[in-house]
Amino acid sequence: MIHLEIRKKLYFLILFLLFLLSGLAWAKEPIAKRAVLDNGMVLLVGERPALPIVTVSLLVKAGSAAESFEKAGLATLTAALLTHGTQRRTALEISEEIEFVGGSLGASAGYDTSTVDLTVLKKDLDLGLELLADVLLRPTFPEEELKRKVREIQAAIKRKKEEPGEVAQKAFSEMVFGVHPYGRPVEGTEESLGRITRQDLLEFHRAFYLPNNSIMAVAGDVTIEEMVTKLTRYLAPWKPGRVRESPMPEMLRKERPLVKKVHRNITQANILLGHLGLSRSNPDYYAVLVMNYILGGGAFASRLWENIRENRGLAYDVSSHFLPRRFPGAFQVELQTQNESANTAIEEVLKEIRRIREEPVSDQELEEAKAYLTGSFPFKIDTNPKVAGLLASIEYYGLGLDYVASYPRLIGAVTKGEVLRVARKYLDPEGYVLVVVADQEKAALR
Amino acid sequence: MGRKAFRAIACLLPLLLFSFASAWAGEVFEATLKNGLKVLLKEDHRAPIATFQVWYKVGSKNEGPGITGASHLLEHMMFKGTERYSPMQFARIVQKNGGWSNAFTGKDYTAYYENIAADRLELVLELEADRMQNLLLDPQEFKAEREVVKEERRLRIEDDPTSLLREELLASAFKAHPYRQPVIGWMSDLERITREDLYRYYKTYYVPNNASIVAVGDFDKFEILKKIEKHFGPIPPGSNPPRPRTVEPEQNGERRLLLRKEAELPFLYIGYHTPSLTHPDRFALEVLSAILSEGKSSRLYKGLVYDKQIALYAGADYSWIHTDPNLFYFYASVLPGRTAEEVEKAIYAEIERLKGEPVSDRELQKAKNQIEAFFILSQDSIFFQGEILGMHESVADWRLWEAYLPGIRAVTVEDVQKVAKKYYSEDNRTVAILAPIKGSSQ
Repeated sequence: MIHLEIRKKLYFLILFLLFLLSGLAWAKEPIAKRAVLDNGMVLLVGERPALPIVTVSLLVKAGSAAESFEKAGLATLTAALLTHGTQRRTALEISEEIEFVGGSLGASAGYDTSTVDLTVLKKDLDLGLELLADVLLRPTFPEEELKRKVREIQAAIKRKKEEPGEVAQKAFSEMVFGVHPYGRPVEGTEESLGRITRQDLLEFHRAFYLPNNSIMAVAGDVTIEEMVTKLTRYLAPWKPGRVRESPMPEMLRKERPLVKKVHRNITQANILLGHLGLSRSNPDYYAVLVMNYILGGGAFASRLWENIRENRGLAYDVSSHFLPRRFPGAFQVELQTQNESANTAIEEVLKEIRRIREEPVSDQELEEAKAYLTGSFPFKIDTNPKVAGLLASIEYYGLGLDYVASYPRLIGAVTKGEVLRVARKYLDPEGYVLVVVADQEKAALR
Repeated sequence: MGRKAFRAIACLLPLLLFSFASAWAGEVFEATLKNGLKVLLKEDHRAPIATFQVWYKVGSKNEGPGITGASHLLEHMMFKGTERYSPMQFARIVQKNGGWSNAFTGKDYTAYYENIAADRLELVLELEADRMQNLLLDPQEFKAEREVVKEERRLRIEDDPTSLLREELLASAFKAHPYRQPVIGWMSDLERITREDLYRYYKTYYVPNNASIVAVGDFDKFEILKKIEKHFGPIPPGSNPPRPRTVEPEQNGERRLLLRKEAELPFLYIGYHTPSLTHPDRFALEVLSAILSEGKSSRLYKGLVYDKQIALYAGADYSWIHTDPNLFYFYASVLPGRTAEEVEKAIYAEIERLKGEPVSDRELQKAKNQIEAFFILSQDSIFFQGEILGMHESVADWRLWEAYLPGIRAVTVEDVQKVAKKYYSEDNRTVAILAPIKGSSQ
């Protein structure tokens, strides 16, 4: 009797072990390995040994949203000047050293984060990490370099004024986000840049470039053990600190359409129409992805494409986007059409927005959207820079290291009812912002 | 087994880097179907995906007056339906299978591609084989698409001062050769070109003996070849399409043009006639291009942007993957308060320096390292691997890509100085300057 019990138990134990083993074999491997260094920096490594190259992307959780209105452009300047002088190297020495081995090292800021990017051949990884650590930990922000960079960005801002799409985007963001930092250009303005001092850069760097405020995403021919060993050495002086969180002004929805016309002597009307969207961490994000694919995110298969380009030949490109950010980003439809067709195009955009809010999408539309969003996922992780970028997002937005497995589940669970619900919740054909940069006489907007 | 063993060993060797080029190029598998269709296959098993590309040896250089833009407009029409598939269905089918399809047109070629899960490849084989022979060119669709392309021209050229300047540069630098024509076509041609023009064009150039298939990805090459044979094999060959005969005469004196247009900053292009893919000078010119404009330590950035602070940015571009001689051009965006003349002079100073004194060994080595690193980094993308093979094959021969790194490695300091002297002459250049005028913006 007892004997039998034991046998039974053994039997179940073996079954259970077999189950575990098979589970292990079939479970999707996590896309990366994760470690937290002693100084608090999160490290993610996607081991991809097929090619002798490595991409490193260090994300600092502070971008232009962390700077003041008066000093707009501070995050951009801080990032851009990291590689322009350290306690050990001049700007030219840095570029000369990394470029001699065919690598690249650069930094830039976005709204929510700043990023330092390094790409090197595997054999030059030590050199690359030493340089990365140098610019990260010991930048000196020389006055001369600051002046130079300010002049450069001011000129770039001027140049953007000749690009109708850029002019439209700037006006659109101002109107959608108001006083929220998303409402101003990441790179600041010609005036605000002039107000930024070397001291500001040093302080921004000290306040935000902290290991416990950073994520390092690595993809390529390297293991996590190797990376931990190397980083322990190169980043040894990097000490954690208290992370400052600035209060954010409220974002306000509009009650009625807000229209801005900008005149230029051009042949096309550059049109942006939209409003506040949702944050990347909002659980509705996946249903919104599916809904927007059908509306205008699905490239050559979307409703806006079919209506405005295929059937009417009104535009070369038309699309809609929900910009994924920490705080709600914008929803925007963008298109360019000859001045004379602006009214028709705008009308059709509004019609499509109303339609997807009023009637459920078809079964076929839903299935095709889900099939594309899940089926195309392998292309989101088919190169090292793409893997590193996704890893940084996974950590920043808390998506989970099993994201490769969870993403198709989340998309797969979206129903027609959900699509209708989020269309009603996140699209607004009454309270939108419309910006039209065009030859206003010819466009004759109603 | 032999290949697997080789791979295992290769992975262990840190020397892989240096054997890389030959190992990589050796894996391209070439076949030609009976109807003349060239097939290039490369297995890459890093991910369960593939790129499938169909390259036609036809581009804007094949167009005559009155039908400029035909190649590109036809590229658009290739998505607008066959007897079997209605318009939009092509993209729909590819996208609902998780794939992505698009196309691009150049001076020498038109290419179509699908990036898709490797197990769905046969689906796109069928679609591509179908539109190689059964395109409808429906008159209604044609009319709508012509409007779309006109919008594309407005977007990309007419309302973009630097693109417009580039169009002017090419139209002046070439007086006889069709490289003078814009790929997108002149607006008046886009307005008047007919459905019949396009149909004739399609019948002439879209034949298997004028095309190549390139596929890279997670497949077995023999299996995929069998499927390619099944879908493309039955397509009858056509007669060999005509090639343009005109040769651009030697330029004997600087050409200079001015474009007045609403803009914020002056911009300038300086173009020199240079040989292309099949010429031995291409390697030294490519190295020269890296020395001039690859990165912040390059000569143009360091000289014009960093030291002199007269340009917002400055660079050089050698477009060499062409059948016929094209341009090596310099470009710069002028900083506010500075003039195009100043920047032009500074570029000539850099050019004279290259002619007058040899570059240092370190500078040469840096350029070679940059090109070599780029070569290795570019293997990360299966699409790029296919694209570069397709370009080379469409222009001359894919094997020239195999010869690329060895050719670059062999370049000497003397070669660099020699080509600088040979091509960067006053008589051989065309200068195009954008002079901004103030608009009536409100």
